Amino acid sequence: MSVIEATLKPYSREWLLSEQPTSRHQARLGRAYVIWRRFSANRLALAGLGIIILLILVAIFADVLAPHNPVQGDLRNSRLLPPGSAGYLLGTDDQGRDILSRLIHGSRLTLFVVVLVAIIAAPVGLIIGTVSGYAGGWVDAILMRITDIFLAFPKLVLALALVAALGPGIENAVLAIAVTSWPPYARIARAETMTFRNSEFISAVKLMGASPFRIVLRHVMPLCLSSLIVRVTLDMAGIILTAAGLGFLGLGAQPPLPEWGAMIASGRRFILDQWWVAAMPGAAILIVSLGFNLLGDGLRDALDPKEAGQ
Amino acid sequence: MTLTDTTAVTRRNRRRASSFGMAVARFVVTVVTTFLGLLAVTFFIGRVVPIDPALAIVGDRAPAHVVERVREQLGLNLPLYQQFWIYIKQALTGDFGISVLTTNPVMTDIARVFPATIELATIGTIIGALIGIPLGVLAAVKRGSIADQIVRVIGLIGYSVPIFWLGLLALVLFYAKLGWVAYPGRMDIVYEYTFTPMTGFFLFDAMWQGQWDVAWDLFRHIILPGGLLGYFSLAYISRMTRSFMLNELQQEYVVAARAKGLSETRIIWFHALRNAAVPLVTVIALSYAGLLEGSVLTETIFSWPGLGLYITNSLQNADMNAVLGGTIVIGAVFIAINILSDLLYRTLDPRTRSR
Repeated sequence: MSVIEATLKPYSREWLLSEQPTSRHQARLGRAYVIWRRFSANRLALAGLGIIILLILVAIFADVLAPHNPVQGDLRNSRLLPPGSAGYLLGTDDQGRDILSRLIHGSRLTLFVVVLVAIIAAPVGLIIGTVSGYAGGWVDAILMRITDIFLAFPKLVLALALVAALGPGIENAVLAIAVTSWPPYARIARAETMTFRNSEFISAVKLMGASPFRIVLRHVMPLCLSSLIVRVTLDMAGIILTAAGLGFLGLGAQPPLPEWGAMIASGRRFILDQWWVAAMPGAAILIVSLGFNLLGDGLRDALDPKEAGQ
Repeated sequence: MTLTDTTAVTRRNRRRASSFGMAVARFVVTVVTTFLGLLAVTFFIGRVVPIDPALAIVGDRAPAHVVERVREQLGLNLPLYQQFWIYIKQALTGDFGISVLTTNPVMTDIARVFPATIELATIGTIIGALIGIPLGVLAAVKRGSIADQIVRVIGLIGYSVPIFWLGLLALVLFYAKLGWVAYPGRMDIVYEYTFTPMTGFFLFDAMWQGQWDVAWDLFRHIILPGGLLGYFSLAYISRMTRSFMLNELQQEYVVAARAKGLSETRIIWFHALRNAAVPLVTVIALSYAGLLEGSVLTETIFSWPGLGLYITNSLQNADMNAVLGGTIVIGAVFIAINILSDLLYRTLDPRTRSR
């Protein structure tokens, strides 16, 4: 075998699709490749992925992309201009600010909320679920009772009350949403843990003397990740909508921050004559949460073919 | 039969006899802990999260002895567990304190506004079920067709659209531009004096009293917010109906019915849908609970004088008693519907009963 062949080999399709992977690296890449093939066959899922990538890019390059200042407008010349006016593609609001620029900068706030909620809620759910599922007995009973209690609460109303007590602000909105969104993750992680709690590889690790802590952290949690990621992605749209709802009620990001929900609230006064002030940010919310829903659906179908099409 | 066998049998019988008692006990524990959990969370929000609830009431410029007296009146000098005990007792008797905004007891306010929310959520659920179920069945039967794709897109948009934004746009289109529906609110001001409701469910009252002009006006007011909520429950119901129907249509009894020569319509609407109806009841109940919650934002848009508008108005005026009272009521109804739908599912589905 020549040197060139040996270096080319790891990147060929047969190597990825091999039934007998020779290394952990190869098995992982092969699995990822199969999932990607299934995922990319779904056109709607690809569209969703495209929307989310676009959102991330816009958020990163907001300073470069935004044609105007998002918080300071031209009050004298450009109040409430309709979409398509010179220099203002999506029109301007009552303070003469370019709506497009505000939307572009608002994407950062949307991403901030979504990522932060995921970072707080998903690990909490993962820890509670895996510990509960692996330990069983009383620990399981108590933890699951708490989870069920939180699961039975109305999320939006509870988040409302919590933000009302904490005081309005985007950090408090994130906290309130995170507090109400971890229970489904705990349930999923527990269900996954139960399926392989008594499997042979766990017994093998136990025989080798691994502590329960190590087993849960190194062997149980990684296996729960894929279903958790799917669920978190599917929840992203709901998180965005709740955050926008809080913003709309004046409990989320405070002015002059260009949060999309708050932008709709401020455009509400002009809705009959200057519809675009409220309509544009709502369209942005719709597109982004649609993107997350499509991506989540696609991921679920790709990772779990049994459920596909249901 | 050996000795061990007989003991095993008696043990099994005993377990079977006690399983019903166990189920009831478990059910009671579930209900009680869930409601206690709700109260614990609202207690935490109202008493622990604000740095000093007494200061929140009198303001930070009040003299020290006033603050101290308010603290004593609120019971804030007691240990936390005693405060919680008092809180539970008060909540169970429906005492959520006085609303700062309306100066009425919060419970009186809620009793006044809650029927409007129930009316709205009921109309929404009826619309959602009447349209959502046929759409879901259609999508399942014609799986992969254009009809299926359209139903899927309708559902996806329902999941992704901000309800308050759609409400605003609908208001612009159907009220301002087309003039098909009435302005935000529950009824025309003209009728406020001529119409005396009996139950708080105005639409029902008006029809019962035969006041058809009032009923028509009420209908023109409720159709837009009700239709909007209906769309959201439709998105959920049609998706779940499709999934249940796909599951049923794969069963062997469908093949048997086809082999018997039954018409496809009969198989779908009488045999398959009847079996799918059992989990659907749960779905509809859950979507009803969801609408009660979703009404918070919808009522704000449509100035609908229900619990949602009451909560948001109180929020804007920092009236925490009213906010938490409303949260407890919505939470309690939400939990009750959850539990009831679970019970209903068990009684309707014989398979879950035998287990």
